Amino acid sequence: MAIMNIIQAVNDALRLEMRRDPGVVVLGEDVGRFGGVFRASQGLQEEFGKERVIDTPLAESAVIGTALGMALYGLKPVPEIQFADFIFPAMDQILNEVAKFRYRSGGQFTCPMVIRTPYGGGIRGGHYHSQSPEAHFIHTAGLKVVVPSNPADAKGLLTAAIRDPDPVLFFEPKRVYRAAKGEVPEGEHVVPIGKAKVTREGSHVTVIAWGAMWHEADQAAAEAAATGIEVELLDLRSLQPLDVDAIAGSVRKTGRAVVVHEAPRTCGFGAEISALIQERCFLHLEAPVTRVTGFDTPFPYTLENEYLPRAPRILKAIREVVAF
Amino acid sequence: MRSVQAIGDPEVGRWERDFPLRTVIREDGSADPAEVTLSDDRALDLYRWMVLSRELDERMVQLQRQGRIAFYIGAIGEEATVLGTVAALADQDWLFPSYREHSAVLFRGMPLATFVCDLLGNAGDLMLGHQMPCHEAWAPGHFVSISAPIATQVPQAVGAAWAARIRGDDMVSLTWFGDGATSSSDFHTGANFAGVHKIPVILVCRNNGWAISVPLGLQTASETIAQKAVAYGIHGERVDGNDLLAVHAATLRARERASAGRGPTLLECVTYRVEGHSTSDDPRAYRGTDEVEPWRAKDPIRRLGRYLRWRKRLAGGDTDAFRAEAREKVRRAVEEAEAFAPKPALETLFEGVYAEPLWQQQEQLDEIRAAIAADPRAASAR
Repeated sequence: MAIMNIIQAVNDALRLEMRRDPGVVVLGEDVGRFGGVFRASQGLQEEFGKERVIDTPLAESAVIGTALGMALYGLKPVPEIQFADFIFPAMDQILNEVAKFRYRSGGQFTCPMVIRTPYGGGIRGGHYHSQSPEAHFIHTAGLKVVVPSNPADAKGLLTAAIRDPDPVLFFEPKRVYRAAKGEVPEGEHVVPIGKAKVTREGSHVTVIAWGAMWHEADQAAAEAAATGIEVELLDLRSLQPLDVDAIAGSVRKTGRAVVVHEAPRTCGFGAEISALIQERCFLHLEAPVTRVTGFDTPFPYTLENEYLPRAPRILKAIREVVAF
Repeated sequence: MRSVQAIGDPEVGRWERDFPLRTVIREDGSADPAEVTLSDDRALDLYRWMVLSRELDERMVQLQRQGRIAFYIGAIGEEATVLGTVAALADQDWLFPSYREHSAVLFRGMPLATFVCDLLGNAGDLMLGHQMPCHEAWAPGHFVSISAPIATQVPQAVGAAWAARIRGDDMVSLTWFGDGATSSSDFHTGANFAGVHKIPVILVCRNNGWAISVPLGLQTASETIAQKAVAYGIHGERVDGNDLLAVHAATLRARERASAGRGPTLLECVTYRVEGHSTSDDPRAYRGTDEVEPWRAKDPIRRLGRYLRWRKRLAGGDTDAFRAEAREKVRRAVEEAEAFAPKPALETLFEGVYAEPLWQQQEQLDEIRAAIAADPRAASAR
């Protein structure tokens, strides 16, 4: 075991997978010589050369479009989109092309790739360095969506994503890129995609979170515990495929659920989770399923602490749901 | 050759001079043997392919009018831009089509009946009925899946060729797109990425003058498409797209450049869309026949026919015989394709979204099965 932050864990996974499989290539803006603006690909070009760690021109649509061509030919590209906020020029390539290639060719062509991108707020980044666009991708059949919250999962899930036969959006919680440190297994480490993790067991209320907001939910759960409320906290880790059994199993036990995400509320993934809970746990519910989320605004600059579903708001929701 | 121009109004005619329209077959059918890159046998073979392409397109439009297929989009008058390019490639080269290159997928070995099954979306459709007609894919022939959004295949073609170079393979990818596509961001980014990284790719613009109802003059202020290569720092050429020998020779040059590590080529094939955009279009609403008729006279099949007659490889009744042979092939293919069940099995609705279905899809398959069992109207339009 080594103590790493999420950046180091991502770097470690990339390096090990590139050593293991010569078909793995990294491409994107600033990823090569500079090692990425967050330094996630630091040192990779030195080790694997310019043909496998590629500084591309500045056009997200073609970063994904060329990665798609590489994947069709049999490579395993890992394109980086520098900020999730900049992914939108590539939406046509991702939603209409990457997501549909297997389906539209009747399985004759596939384009597995891992699109890595830092997402989320709380870094004083304003509209264009703070968004959480995961729901757009979950809404598009053909894509998998993974969001780690900690270094060990970042390494294990990224490794699994690179080996996955389907395209994966890999959202990295940049707010805790360096703040979240932990033990990470050395050498090969795979965390299967599609399994949620119960990070705290409890019987009064289920809290469901992922990525950077897991840390806020964990803090809220700790504060709730001090007042006698036992929270069961789920770190979803993978949003598509979704571990619905873990969600339903926990909510059947607690009868109460709070869903936390930092994306805007309307049509956010919390809406889907909430619907699944009422479909599967209707007779077990003791209180309405409650969402604690970002608001229906563009991501704000000055009032980002108010916007983000931070621990105090989650704690308030936990108390209200338990007292319902 | 290209001097820096003073700032001011563009010099009219400059680019047509710098990117001259290259032809091989002269008006009388003769050609300079030094310019000819195809043997007589291969030229004759491609002539027959063009005849088949034309027969297929005409017959499929009829089928659409009869309501037997929902849609068709063909390449009437543009056959040389498709067959002249694909014939100049190596078998291992990948093709990234737009949506008029059906003759290329057949040339690469897709059985004609399989192609018709795609048009029908039936149980014999390799695409499992997932796409509308004319969006075929054929992996054995490296003919990549087609999508409707314009020019998305350009960066993909660049990526595949890039991957081949990374692997050390002698593979050149070729992508076709129309003149309208050159306005799109994917054309720009694809050409730029290819230029910067010297990717072995051939970018073929089938400039047929129209993007549905929008003429070339409303797509670009450039005199030519080929000149756009200058800005990307790549090689550009402009050929008569109705002259199969000119298209073939230019593609061969482009392939040699790419294979030798000299980077991409933007090849503009000047041709004309003599029919509507597709069966959903009626060009009488936006252009006069006076514009179309001169182009009918420049028909690429007749053009190659004149050359083959000059070479004494085509005699009086040959074309009619080829046409009859093609018609019979198409007839048999339609018959064979229509023998399949009209729909693929219900579970194919969920097949191929992911390598393995999600639990959601399993549930949804059960849901639609139960709905059809309860009320069969759930499986029909009425």
